[in-house]
Amino acid sequence: MATREFAAHEAHAHAAPQGFIRKWVFSLDHKVIGLQYYFLALTAVLVGMFLSLLMRIHLIWPNITLPLLGEIKPETYLTLVTMHGTIMVFFVLTTAPQGGFGNYFLPIQIGAADMAFPVLNMLSFWVTALAFVVMLGAFFVTGGAPLHGWTGYPPLSAVPSAGPGEGPGADMWIISIALFCIGALMSALNFITTTLDMRAKGMSMMRMPLTCWAWFITAILGLLAFGVLFSAGILLLLDRNAGTSFYVPLTVFSGQIVAHKGGSPLLWQHLFWFFGHPEVYIAILPAMGLCSQLVSVFSRKPIFGYKAMVYAMLSIGLLGFMVWGHHMFMSGMSPYSAFAFSIMTMAIGVPSAIKTFNWLGTLWGGRIRLVSPMLFAIGFVSLFVSGGISGPFLAQPTLDIPLHDTAFVTGHFHLIMGVASIFGIFAATYYWFPKMFGRMMNESLARWHFWLTFVGTYCIFMPMHYAGMAGQPRRYSQFTELHYLEKLIPLNTFITFAAFVTISAQLIFVFNLFWSMKYGKKASDNPWEATTLEWTTATPPPHDNFGGHTPVVYNGPYEYGVPGAPRDYVMQTDPTTVAAH
Amino acid sequence: MASYTPTVSIDEPRTSTGGNGVLPPSRYDGDDSGSHFFDTRLRRARLGLVVGLTGIAMIFISFTSAYIVRQGLPTLDPRTNLLLHDWFPVPLPRLLLINTVVLLISSITMELARRQTARKAALAQLASLHGVSVGAKEGISWLALTVVLGLSFLAGQWMTWRELAVSGFYVASSPSSSFVYLLTGMHGVHLLGGVVALLIAGVASVLRRAADSQFILMDVTGWYWHFMALLWLYILCLLEFAH
Repeated sequence: MATREFAAHEAHAHAAPQGFIRKWVFSLDHKVIGLQYYFLALTAVLVGMFLSLLMRIHLIWPNITLPLLGEIKPETYLTLVTMHGTIMVFFVLTTAPQGGFGNYFLPIQIGAADMAFPVLNMLSFWVTALAFVVMLGAFFVTGGAPLHGWTGYPPLSAVPSAGPGEGPGADMWIISIALFCIGALMSALNFITTTLDMRAKGMSMMRMPLTCWAWFITAILGLLAFGVLFSAGILLLLDRNAGTSFYVPLTVFSGQIVAHKGGSPLLWQHLFWFFGHPEVYIAILPAMGLCSQLVSVFSRKPIFGYKAMVYAMLSIGLLGFMVWGHHMFMSGMSPYSAFAFSIMTMAIGVPSAIKTFNWLGTLWGGRIRLVSPMLFAIGFVSLFVSGGISGPFLAQPTLDIPLHDTAFVTGHFHLIMGVASIFGIFAATYYWFPKMFGRMMNESLARWHFWLTFVGTYCIFMPMHYAGMAGQPRRYSQFTELHYLEKLIPLNTFITFAAFVTISAQLIFVFNLFWSMKYGKKASDNPWEATTLEWTTATPPPHDNFGGHTPVVYNGPYEYGVPGAPRDYVMQTDPTTVAAH
Repeated sequence: MASYTPTVSIDEPRTSTGGNGVLPPSRYDGDDSGSHFFDTRLRRARLGLVVGLTGIAMIFISFTSAYIVRQGLPTLDPRTNLLLHDWFPVPLPRLLLINTVVLLISSITMELARRQTARKAALAQLASLHGVSVGAKEGISWLALTVVLGLSFLAGQWMTWRELAVSGFYVASSPSSSFVYLLTGMHGVHLLGGVVALLIAGVASVLRRAADSQFILMDVTGWYWHFMALLWLYILCLLEFAH
């Protein structure tokens, strides 16, 4: 009896919870948790965007006094740099594509009723939310938020007396990151187990949509990378609070010898970037998977080279663990190691190019439907190419050393890691909104949003490459007084105005998001005529995803333009064999 | 001349490997009911554990690399302006050996506890049939014994710390003593997690919760516990031999 009682209790077909708290706050339902992650990321992105606007304003009008915030001092500027970077990388780029859409759609796309460990899933969200609260708390403690950048290099980050934000603010920053690591590890555990063990009958690994592959590989990267950051953070906390010397050498701060000796700041750099480089792929891989999905759906063609796409993502993930040294060419590393890291880094260009050509090959000759998700997917390909092309530049130590601390790098990583991933998030929102909320988003607003954002982000980040080549340093709060950079003032003014316009355009998106939830056109179950499992179920999906039955999968995920089929696509659950070809 | 006419007609043969409506053989048949369900849940929990242990292993791998790197680093002596090695090995207290033995014994009792729960789960299924009576013989509670041994190990580690402090090695005294505290501390925190899991299993047993989910909890805790014992041996070797 026990077995059966337990089965009835625990099987994912359990009745939907009724109370508000169990349904929307401490929910075990992966769909609700996905939405929670999504809205956490939305809150974070608004904060992060606001900080970036302050930086841009300060760069061109350094003496302006802002209402409520007062004058921006150099250390305030560094605080903005730090918090903008940290919030965006962790709480937006890591949270929305994986925690948000991955949580919501991975189980549905593989035909499962929920994640493997729902309680763990809930915990991972709440730990992440707590991490975000702690991170924001850093603004309000004595001394304010830290100034050590999102990379937190010691000794600045390890010595509390090193600067105004390096007291309690830096402790909060490290604790927040450590909490985030724990949440991310729990989430990665769930994603991997779910993908390996909960696929519906017939859903072989090679029949999974590329989105699922991307989430799966991202989870593996997260599992291997976040533990390392966690360890590094623990050592940093000990250096700050227990007087150890892991990272701090004998050094002088503000005229005083620190109470440490023999530590190595490079140790932190190695540990941090062993996490930090995979983190870049954690941010972008889900967008790659999604882009592959959308390009196929809206070209009405099978994805070009499905297996090549899978292997390319796997090799990007693998190589991603061998290239951390390319962030440290400036550290005085041996030219031989730099050479090895450089070669490995350029090798990533190969799978990246395979992916790009496969996207183009899928678009080629397709019957393209230029709706808003597709616009953002194509925008992603464009940004991936233009942001990625400067990668091989920076991968060479001889070029990286002059460019490293300039705006060139800012332009490079914002295009590829920042904006390209954000385009993935936008594309996913426009694509899955009908499934999540049962209504379509307003298409004309979406188009306005796309064109303003697409042109706007290029206007912001392309000129940064030129500014960097002309020698404009990054992380400097003020450059207008430097004689040799005077000619760059008009260019920077242009960037700031472009940032104004682009950030304002995001209000269109936020308005569209909330307006469409209530007033959008009612969506059918499969508005995009796509084949994957989420489009076979009701809109929005019922509590157990498929309304009491488990789907059986007969086809691959990209059966578009099928000759002899009654429609131009075949659902993954469609058992009728099409005419042999 | 630019042209928007598709050059490839969709009537041409496709290149996808879609499966053509064929069902491939699959290990997991998607059946989440009845006796299948128990096997599925057990397999899933074990898989989750392996994945989780990989994450934990990464934490200790990072510490190991920091340990090795830090050993080789010189420090500047401000008086003589010379680079010196400041890595002095910490004499490990004898107590650590006793702790190690306690932990290894607890690993054995853990295994016995796991098997005991497995037997209980099997008997519970029998007992659910009509007309079968199962003897209520319980015998020694290996679970409780494991908890006691686990807590003794943790207490022993605490005493080791006290002993180190008495002989003048604090967290910040030397780089090697920092690592002794760090590695034993992190291992202790993880073992404490295992003790908490055992206590949960114990409470579930007292409350007579479903026997099969108790077994799943005990099974994964068991593997976790053995991993912690192995990890401890590794840490001990690292501290004792690698300096």
